[in-house]
Amino acid sequence: MSAAVGSDPLVPQPYRVTRALRETADTVTLDLEPHRGEVPQFAPGQFNMLYAFGVGEIAISLSGDPADRKRFIHTVRAVGAVSSAIAAMPAGSTVGLRGPFGVAWPLAVAEGADVLLIAGGLGLAPLRPAIHQLIVQRERFRRIIVLVGMRRPEEILYRTQLEQWREQAGIEIEVTVDRSDPAWRGHVGVVPSLIPGLGLDGAATSALICGPEIMMRFTANALRECGVAVERTYVSMERSMKCAVGSCGHCQFGPYFVCKDGPVMRLDRIARLLALREI
Amino acid sequence: MEGIERILLEQPLFRGLEARIGALIAGCARNVRFRSGEEIFREADPADEFYLLRQGRVALEIIEAGRAPARFSTLGPGAILGASWLVPPYRWTFDARALEPIRAIGIDARCLRAKCEADHDLGYELLKRVAAALIQRLHATRLQMLDVYGNRPA
Repeated sequence: MSAAVGSDPLVPQPYRVTRALRETADTVTLDLEPHRGEVPQFAPGQFNMLYAFGVGEIAISLSGDPADRKRFIHTVRAVGAVSSAIAAMPAGSTVGLRGPFGVAWPLAVAEGADVLLIAGGLGLAPLRPAIHQLIVQRERFRRIIVLVGMRRPEEILYRTQLEQWREQAGIEIEVTVDRSDPAWRGHVGVVPSLIPGLGLDGAATSALICGPEIMMRFTANALRECGVAVERTYVSMERSMKCAVGSCGHCQFGPYFVCKDGPVMRLDRIARLLALREI
Repeated sequence: MEGIERILLEQPLFRGLEARIGALIAGCARNVRFRSGEEIFREADPADEFYLLRQGRVALEIIEAGRAPARFSTLGPGAILGASWLVPPYRWTFDARALEPIRAIGIDARCLRAKCEADHDLGYELLKRVAAALIQRLHATRLQMLDVYGNRPA
Protein backbone atom coordinates (compact mmCIF):
# COMPACT_ATOMS: atom_id res chain seq x y z
CA MET A 1 0.00 0.00 0.00
CA SER A 2 1.25 3.43 -0.90
CA ALA A 3 1.17 6.07 1.83
CA ALA A 4 -0.43 8.81 -0.26
CA VAL A 5 -2.70 6.78 -2.54
CA GLY A 6 -6.19 8.21 -2.53
CA SER A 7 -5.17 11.17 -0.44
CA ASP A 8 -5.88 14.80 -1.27
CA PRO A 9 -2.72 16.26 -2.90
CA LEU A 10 -3.18 19.40 -0.82
CA VAL A 11 -3.23 17.58 2.52
CA PRO A 12 0.16 16.75 4.03
CA GLN A 13 0.73 13.21 5.23
CA PRO A 14 2.77 12.59 8.38
CA TYR A 15 6.26 11.19 7.78
CA ARG A 16 8.83 10.33 10.42
CA VAL A 17 12.45 11.45 10.14
CA THR A 18 14.29 8.15 10.56
CA ARG A 19 17.78 9.51 9.87
CA ALA A 20 19.33 12.96 9.72
CA LEU A 21 22.75 12.91 8.09
CA ARG A 22 24.78 16.11 8.18
CA GLU A 23 26.35 16.59 4.74
CA THR A 24 27.97 20.01 5.25
CA ALA A 25 27.78 22.84 7.77
CA ASP A 26 24.34 23.94 6.52
CA THR A 27 23.05 20.92 4.60
CA VAL A 28 21.36 17.79 5.91
CA THR A 29 20.03 14.66 4.23
CA LEU A 30 16.82 13.36 5.80
CA ASP A 31 15.32 9.89 5.44
CA LEU A 32 11.54 10.19 5.72
CA GLU A 33 9.30 7.17 6.24
CA PRO A 34 5.52 7.17 6.21
CA HIS A 35 3.77 6.21 9.41
CA ARG A 36 2.36 3.23 7.51
CA GLY A 37 2.79 1.62 4.10
CA GLU A 38 5.23 2.32 1.27
CA VAL A 39 6.14 5.68 -0.17
CA PRO A 40 4.47 6.56 -3.50
CA GLN A 41 6.55 5.83 -6.59
CA PHE A 42 8.51 8.87 -7.79
CA ALA A 43 10.51 9.63 -10.89
CA PRO A 44 13.97 11.31 -10.87
CA GLY A 45 13.62 15.08 -10.94
CA GLN A 46 10.32 15.26 -9.04
CA PHE A 47 9.84 17.07 -5.74
CA ASN A 48 7.83 16.86 -2.54
CA MET A 49 6.35 19.63 -0.44
CA LEU A 50 7.74 19.34 3.09
CA TYR A 51 5.83 20.98 5.92
CA ALA A 52 7.45 22.01 9.18
CA PHE A 53 4.37 22.25 11.37
CA GLY A 54 3.85 25.75 12.69
CA VAL A 55 6.55 27.18 10.42
CA GLY A 56 5.65 26.59 6.79
CA GLU A 57 5.98 24.46 3.68
CA ILE A 58 8.63 24.33 0.93
CA ALA A 59 9.36 22.33 -2.20
CA ILE A 60 12.36 20.02 -1.87
CA SER A 61 13.60 17.75 -4.66
CA LEU A 62 13.72 14.04 -4.11
CA SER A 63 17.32 12.92 -3.86
CA GLY A 64 17.14 9.20 -3.11
CA ASP A 65 16.88 6.01 -5.12
CA PRO A 66 13.52 5.72 -6.94
CA ALA A 67 13.62 1.94 -6.38
CA ASP A 68 13.54 2.42 -2.60
CA ARG A 69 9.85 2.27 -1.68
CA LYS A 70 10.50 2.34 2.05
CA ARG A 71 11.58 5.96 2.35
CA PHE A 72 11.93 9.30 0.65
CA ILE A 73 15.31 10.98 0.87
CA HIS A 74 15.65 14.76 0.79
CA THR A 75 18.77 16.87 1.02
CA VAL A 76 17.88 20.20 2.60
CA ARG A 77 20.01 23.31 2.92
CA ALA A 78 19.19 25.68 5.76
CA VAL A 79 18.60 29.01 4.03
CA GLY A 80 15.27 30.48 5.19
CA ALA A 81 12.97 29.90 8.15
CA VAL A 82 11.26 26.76 6.79
CA SER A 83 14.33 25.07 5.35
CA SER A 84 16.23 25.83 8.58
CA ALA A 85 13.43 24.28 10.65
CA ILE A 86 13.39 21.16 8.46
CA ALA A 87 17.19 20.87 8.35
CA ALA A 88 17.25 21.03 12.16
CA MET A 89 14.83 18.12 12.62
CA PRO A 90 16.41 15.24 14.52
CA ALA A 91 15.54 11.58 13.93
CA GLY A 92 12.13 10.84 15.41
CA SER A 93 10.59 14.16 14.35
CA THR A 94 7.44 14.29 12.27
CA VAL A 95 7.23 16.30 9.08
CA GLY A 96 4.23 16.84 6.80
CA LEU A 97 4.73 15.69 3.21
CA ARG A 98 2.81 16.13 -0.03
CA GLY A 99 3.90 14.63 -3.30
CA PRO A 100 5.64 13.59 -5.42
CA PHE A 101 4.95 16.36 -7.92
CA GLY A 102 6.33 17.69 -11.18
CA VAL A 103 7.92 16.66 -14.47
CA ALA A 104 10.82 14.20 -14.32
CA TRP A 105 14.17 14.05 -16.13
CA PRO A 106 13.47 12.49 -19.56
CA LEU A 107 16.07 9.72 -19.38
CA ALA A 108 14.47 7.80 -22.25
CA VAL A 109 15.46 10.50 -24.77
CA ALA A 110 19.14 9.76 -24.04
CA GLU A 111 18.89 6.01 -24.67
CA GLY A 112 21.44 4.78 -27.18
CA ALA A 113 23.44 7.98 -26.80
CA ASP A 114 25.67 9.78 -24.32
CA VAL A 115 24.15 11.41 -21.28
CA LEU A 116 25.81 14.27 -19.47
CA LEU A 117 24.58 15.34 -16.04
CA ILE A 118 25.85 18.68 -14.76
CA ALA A 119 25.25 19.72 -11.19
CA GLY A 120 26.07 22.95 -9.41
CA GLY A 121 26.04 22.96 -5.61
CA LEU A 122 22.86 21.53 -4.14
CA GLY A 123 21.76 20.88 -7.74
CA LEU A 124 23.40 17.48 -7.36
CA ALA A 125 20.49 16.39 -5.12
CA PRO A 126 17.77 16.37 -7.83
CA LEU A 127 20.17 14.62 -10.23
CA ARG A 128 21.09 11.81 -7.83
CA PRO A 129 17.88 9.80 -8.46
CA ALA A 130 18.61 10.05 -12.20
CA ILE A 131 22.11 8.66 -11.63
CA HIS A 132 20.61 5.76 -9.64
CA GLN A 133 18.27 4.99 -12.51
CA LEU A 134 20.95 5.32 -15.18
CA ILE A 135 23.12 2.83 -13.30
CA VAL A 136 20.25 0.31 -13.20
CA GLN A 137 19.82 0.74 -16.97
CA ARG A 138 23.55 1.15 -17.69
CA GLU A 139 23.54 -0.89 -20.92
CA ARG A 140 20.98 1.40 -22.55
CA PHE A 141 23.38 4.34 -22.65
CA ARG A 142 26.82 5.00 -24.08
CA ARG A 143 28.91 7.39 -21.98
CA ILE A 144 27.41 8.54 -18.70
CA ILE A 145 29.25 11.63 -17.52
CA VAL A 146 28.60 13.49 -14.29
CA LEU A 147 30.12 16.94 -13.78
CA VAL A 148 29.84 18.45 -10.34
CA GLY A 149 30.68 22.03 -9.40
CA MET A 150 30.88 22.98 -5.74
CA ARG A 151 31.92 26.02 -3.80
CA ARG A 152 34.66 24.44 -1.68
CA PRO A 153 36.02 20.91 -1.16
CA GLU A 154 34.34 20.62 2.25
CA GLU A 155 30.96 21.37 0.66
CA ILE A 156 31.01 18.45 -1.77
CA LEU A 157 27.80 16.46 -1.41
CA TYR A 158 27.60 12.65 -1.49
CA ARG A 159 31.38 12.39 -1.67
CA THR A 160 31.60 8.69 -0.82
CA GLN A 161 28.87 7.81 -3.29
CA LEU A 162 30.55 9.81 -6.07
CA GLU A 163 33.73 7.79 -5.47
CA GLN A 164 31.80 4.51 -5.55
CA TRP A 165 30.05 5.42 -8.77
CA ARG A 166 33.33 6.42 -10.37
CA GLU A 167 35.01 3.15 -9.44
CA GLN A 168 32.18 0.67 -9.78
CA ALA A 169 29.40 1.94 -12.00
CA GLY A 170 31.17 2.77 -15.25
CA ILE A 171 30.42 6.45 -14.92
CA GLU A 172 32.81 9.30 -15.67
CA ILE A 173 32.72 11.73 -12.77
CA GLU A 174 34.56 15.03 -12.54
CA VAL A 175 34.27 17.33 -9.55
CA THR A 176 35.48 20.92 -9.58
CA VAL A 177 35.47 23.57 -6.87
CA ASP A 178 35.36 27.35 -7.14
CA ARG A 179 37.73 27.77 -4.21
CA SER A 180 40.46 25.29 -3.46
CA ASP A 181 42.32 24.40 -0.28
CA PRO A 182 45.82 22.94 0.11
CA ALA A 183 44.51 19.37 0.44
CA TRP A 184 42.35 19.45 -2.70
CA ARG A 185 43.84 17.55 -5.65
CA GLY A 186 40.95 17.89 -8.09
CA HIS A 187 39.82 20.52 -10.57
CA VAL A 188 39.60 24.20 -9.63
CA GLY A 189 37.30 26.41 -11.69
CA VAL A 190 33.68 26.63 -12.71
CA VAL A 191 31.85 23.58 -13.97
CA PRO A 192 31.26 24.83 -17.57
CA SER A 193 35.04 24.99 -18.04
CA LEU A 194 35.18 21.17 -17.79
CA ILE A 195 32.94 20.72 -20.82
CA PRO A 196 35.39 21.43 -23.69
CA GLY A 197 37.79 18.78 -22.38
CA LEU A 198 35.21 15.98 -22.42
CA GLY A 199 35.51 15.23 -26.13
CA LEU A 200 31.74 15.17 -26.48
CA ASP A 201 29.92 13.76 -29.45
CA GLY A 202 27.60 16.76 -29.39
CA ALA A 203 25.09 15.40 -31.89
CA ALA A 204 24.56 12.30 -29.75
CA THR A 205 24.58 13.84 -26.28
CA SER A 206 21.69 14.70 -24.00
CA ALA A 207 22.41 17.04 -21.13
CA LEU A 208 20.62 17.41 -17.80
CA ILE A 209 21.57 20.50 -15.79
CA CYS A 210 20.64 21.50 -12.26
CA GLY A 211 22.05 24.39 -10.28
CA PRO A 212 21.75 28.14 -9.85
CA GLU A 213 20.28 29.82 -12.94
CA ILE A 214 23.50 31.72 -13.74
CA MET A 215 25.47 28.49 -13.66
CA MET A 216 22.89 26.80 -15.91
CA ARG A 217 23.09 29.67 -18.44
CA PHE A 218 26.89 29.50 -18.66
CA THR A 219 26.72 25.71 -18.85
CA ALA A 220 24.15 25.80 -21.64
CA ASN A 221 26.41 28.17 -23.61
CA ALA A 222 29.39 25.82 -23.20
CA LEU A 223 27.25 22.88 -24.32
CA ARG A 224 26.08 24.75 -27.41
CA GLU A 225 29.69 25.44 -28.38
CA CYS A 226 30.34 21.68 -28.18
CA GLY A 227 27.41 20.95 -30.49
CA VAL A 228 24.87 19.76 -27.90
CA ALA A 229 21.46 20.82 -29.20
CA VAL A 230 19.19 22.92 -27.00
CA GLU A 231 16.45 20.42 -27.86
CA ARG A 232 18.50 17.78 -26.01
CA THR A 233 19.35 20.01 -23.07
CA TYR A 234 17.13 19.97 -19.98
CA VAL A 235 17.29 22.16 -16.90
CA SER A 236 15.59 21.94 -13.52
CA MET A 237 14.00 25.26 -12.63
CA GLU A 238 13.60 26.62 -9.14
CA ARG A 239 10.68 28.88 -8.28
CA SER A 240 8.61 29.47 -5.17
CA MET A 241 6.17 26.55 -5.27
CA LYS A 242 3.14 26.75 -2.99
CA CYS A 243 0.22 24.56 -4.07
CA ALA A 244 2.41 22.26 -6.24
CA VAL A 245 -0.57 21.34 -8.43
CA GLY A 246 -0.71 24.30 -10.82
CA SER A 247 -3.53 26.22 -9.14
CA CYS A 248 -2.13 29.10 -7.12
CA GLY A 249 0.25 30.67 -9.65
CA HIS A 250 3.08 31.37 -7.21
CA CYS A 251 5.58 29.56 -9.41
CA GLN A 252 4.45 31.10 -12.70
CA PHE A 253 7.30 31.37 -15.20
CA GLY A 254 5.99 33.02 -18.38
CA PRO A 255 3.24 30.73 -19.67
CA TYR A 256 4.33 27.88 -17.40
CA PHE A 257 3.73 26.84 -13.83
CA VAL A 258 7.04 25.35 -12.70
CA CYS A 259 5.29 22.99 -10.24
CA LYS A 260 3.33 21.16 -12.94
CA ASP A 261 5.10 22.06 -16.24
CA GLY A 262 8.48 21.64 -14.53
CA PRO A 263 10.66 21.65 -12.59
CA VAL A 264 12.45 19.83 -15.42
CA MET A 265 12.05 21.80 -18.65
CA ARG A 266 13.55 21.54 -22.12
CA LEU A 267 15.93 24.41 -22.66
CA ASP A 268 14.67 25.52 -26.08
CA ARG A 269 11.18 26.01 -24.61
CA ILE A 270 12.34 28.39 -21.88
CA ALA A 271 15.56 29.94 -23.24
CA ARG A 272 13.72 33.16 -24.12
CA LEU A 273 12.30 33.39 -20.60
CA LEU A 274 15.68 32.80 -18.97
CA ALA A 275 17.01 35.88 -20.75
CA LEU A 276 14.30 38.19 -19.35
CA ARG A 277 15.31 40.55 -16.56
CA GLU A 278 11.88 40.69 -14.93
CA ILE A 279 9.65 37.63 -14.81
CA MET B 1 52.78 17.40 -43.09
CA GLU B 2 55.33 17.12 -40.29
CA GLY B 3 54.28 15.36 -37.05
CA ILE B 4 54.37 18.46 -34.87
CA GLU B 5 52.37 20.46 -37.41
CA ARG B 6 49.69 17.77 -37.61
CA ILE B 7 49.42 17.59 -33.80
CA LEU B 8 49.34 21.37 -33.59
CA LEU B 9 46.42 21.62 -35.99
CA GLU B 10 44.50 19.03 -33.95
CA GLN B 11 44.56 21.29 -30.87
CA PRO B 12 41.33 23.25 -30.21
CA LEU B 13 43.22 26.56 -30.42
CA PHE B 14 44.45 25.89 -33.94
CA ARG B 15 41.68 23.74 -35.40
CA GLY B 16 40.86 24.80 -38.96
CA LEU B 17 43.95 26.96 -39.26
CA GLU B 18 45.23 27.70 -42.76
CA ALA B 19 48.10 25.33 -43.62
CA ARG B 20 50.59 28.12 -44.37
CA ILE B 21 50.02 29.69 -40.97
CA GLY B 22 50.07 26.30 -39.28
CA ALA B 23 53.50 25.64 -40.78
CA LEU B 24 54.80 28.98 -39.50
CA ILE B 25 53.65 28.26 -35.95
CA ALA B 26 54.90 24.67 -36.11
CA GLY B 27 58.36 26.07 -36.84
CA CYS B 28 58.37 27.45 -33.27
CA ALA B 29 56.85 24.35 -31.64
CA ARG B 30 58.19 21.25 -29.89
CA ASN B 31 56.77 18.33 -27.94
CA VAL B 32 57.34 18.60 -24.20
CA ARG B 33 56.66 16.45 -21.15
CA PHE B 34 56.55 17.27 -17.45
CA ARG B 35 56.56 14.89 -14.51
CA SER B 36 53.76 14.95 -11.96
CA GLY B 37 54.59 17.65 -9.42
CA GLU B 38 57.12 19.37 -11.66
CA GLU B 39 57.12 23.16 -11.82
CA ILE B 40 56.39 24.28 -15.39
CA PHE B 41 56.99 27.96 -14.82
CA ARG B 42 57.29 30.36 -11.93
CA GLU B 43 55.95 33.84 -11.26
CA ALA B 44 58.22 36.65 -12.54
CA ASP B 45 60.28 34.33 -14.74
CA PRO B 46 60.54 35.21 -18.46
CA ALA B 47 57.48 34.03 -20.38
CA ASP B 48 59.46 32.64 -23.25
CA GLU B 49 57.46 29.47 -23.93
CA PHE B 50 53.74 28.74 -23.64
CA TYR B 51 51.97 25.41 -23.91
CA LEU B 52 49.01 23.65 -25.45
CA LEU B 53 48.06 20.83 -23.10
CA ARG B 54 47.51 17.44 -24.70
CA GLN B 55 47.39 15.21 -21.64
CA GLY B 56 47.24 15.72 -17.87
CA ARG B 57 46.22 18.61 -15.65
CA VAL B 58 48.12 21.68 -14.55
CA ALA B 59 47.48 23.81 -11.45
CA LEU B 60 47.82 27.58 -11.55
CA GLU B 61 48.92 28.96 -8.22
CA ILE B 62 49.85 32.23 -6.55
CA ILE B 63 52.45 32.06 -3.83
CA GLU B 64 52.36 34.12 -0.68
CA ALA B 65 55.20 33.77 1.81
CA GLY B 66 54.30 31.70 4.86
CA ARG B 67 51.13 30.32 3.32
CA ALA B 68 50.20 27.32 1.24
CA PRO B 69 50.02 28.12 -2.50
CA ALA B 70 46.62 29.56 -3.47
CA ARG B 71 45.42 27.36 -6.32
CA PHE B 72 42.94 29.39 -8.35
CA SER B 73 42.52 27.25 -11.45
CA THR B 74 43.34 23.94 -13.04
CA LEU B 75 43.71 23.37 -16.77
CA GLY B 76 43.31 20.16 -18.72
CA PRO B 77 43.74 18.77 -22.22
CA GLY B 78 42.94 21.24 -24.98
CA ALA B 79 43.74 24.30 -22.87
CA ILE B 80 46.34 26.94 -23.57
CA LEU B 81 48.75 27.39 -20.66
CA GLY B 82 50.18 30.89 -20.37
CA ALA B 83 49.18 34.28 -21.77
CA SER B 84 51.91 36.58 -20.45
CA TRP B 85 54.15 35.68 -23.41
CA LEU B 86 51.85 37.81 -25.54
CA VAL B 87 52.31 41.21 -23.90
CA PRO B 88 55.26 43.08 -22.36
CA PRO B 89 57.07 42.64 -20.03
CA TYR B 90 56.75 38.96 -21.05
CA ARG B 91 56.95 37.59 -17.50
CA TRP B 92 54.71 35.03 -15.80
CA THR B 93 52.26 36.36 -13.23
CA PHE B 94 51.67 33.06 -11.42
CA ASP B 95 53.15 29.59 -10.98
CA ALA B 96 52.16 26.54 -13.02
CA ARG B 97 52.68 23.03 -11.67
CA ALA B 98 51.95 19.63 -13.22
CA LEU B 99 49.36 17.72 -11.19
CA GLU B 100 49.78 14.65 -13.38
CA PRO B 101 52.25 13.57 -16.05
CA ILE B 102 51.89 16.18 -18.78
CA ARG B 103 52.23 15.93 -22.54
CA ALA B 104 52.05 19.26 -24.29
CA ILE B 105 53.21 21.28 -27.24
CA GLY B 106 55.60 24.00 -26.17
CA ILE B 107 55.74 27.06 -28.40
CA ASP B 108 58.78 29.33 -28.35
CA ALA B 109 57.26 32.73 -27.64
CA ARG B 110 60.20 34.82 -28.93
CA CYS B 111 60.17 32.88 -32.19
CA LEU B 112 56.42 33.29 -32.60
CA ARG B 113 56.38 36.97 -31.67
CA ALA B 114 59.09 37.64 -34.25
CA LYS B 115 57.10 35.82 -36.92
CA CYS B 116 53.96 37.76 -35.98
CA GLU B 117 55.83 41.07 -36.37
CA ALA B 118 57.02 39.99 -39.81
CA ASP B 119 53.69 38.51 -40.95
CA HIS B 120 50.65 40.39 -39.73
CA ASP B 121 48.24 37.85 -41.22
CA LEU B 122 49.79 35.30 -38.87
CA GLY B 123 49.70 37.81 -36.01
CA TYR B 124 46.05 38.71 -36.52
CA GLU B 125 44.95 35.08 -36.87
CA LEU B 126 46.87 34.11 -33.74
CA LEU B 127 45.55 37.05 -31.75
CA LYS B 128 41.93 36.30 -32.68
CA ARG B 129 42.29 32.72 -31.50
CA VAL B 130 44.19 33.47 -28.31
CA ALA B 131 41.83 36.34 -27.47
CA ALA B 132 38.81 34.03 -27.84
CA ALA B 133 40.37 31.50 -25.44
CA LEU B 134 41.28 34.22 -22.94
CA ILE B 135 37.83 35.83 -23.10
CA GLN B 136 36.29 32.45 -22.38
CA ARG B 137 38.57 32.17 -19.38
CA LEU B 138 37.64 35.69 -18.27
CA HIS B 139 33.95 34.74 -18.38
CA ALA B 140 34.65 31.64 -16.31
CA THR B 141 36.60 33.71 -13.79
CA ARG B 142 33.69 36.13 -13.44
CA LEU B 143 31.34 33.24 -12.78
CA GLN B 144 33.80 31.85 -10.24
CA MET B 145 33.89 35.23 -8.47
CA LEU B 146 30.09 35.43 -8.25
CA ASP B 147 30.12 32.58 -5.71
CA VAL B 148 26.83 31.28 -7.13
CA TYR B 149 26.63 28.34 -4.71
CA GLY B 150 26.80 30.55 -1.63
CA ASN B 151 23.86 32.11 0.22
CA ARG B 152 23.19 35.13 -1.94
CA PRO B 153 20.56 37.74 -1.16
CA ALA B 154 17.57 37.66 -3.54
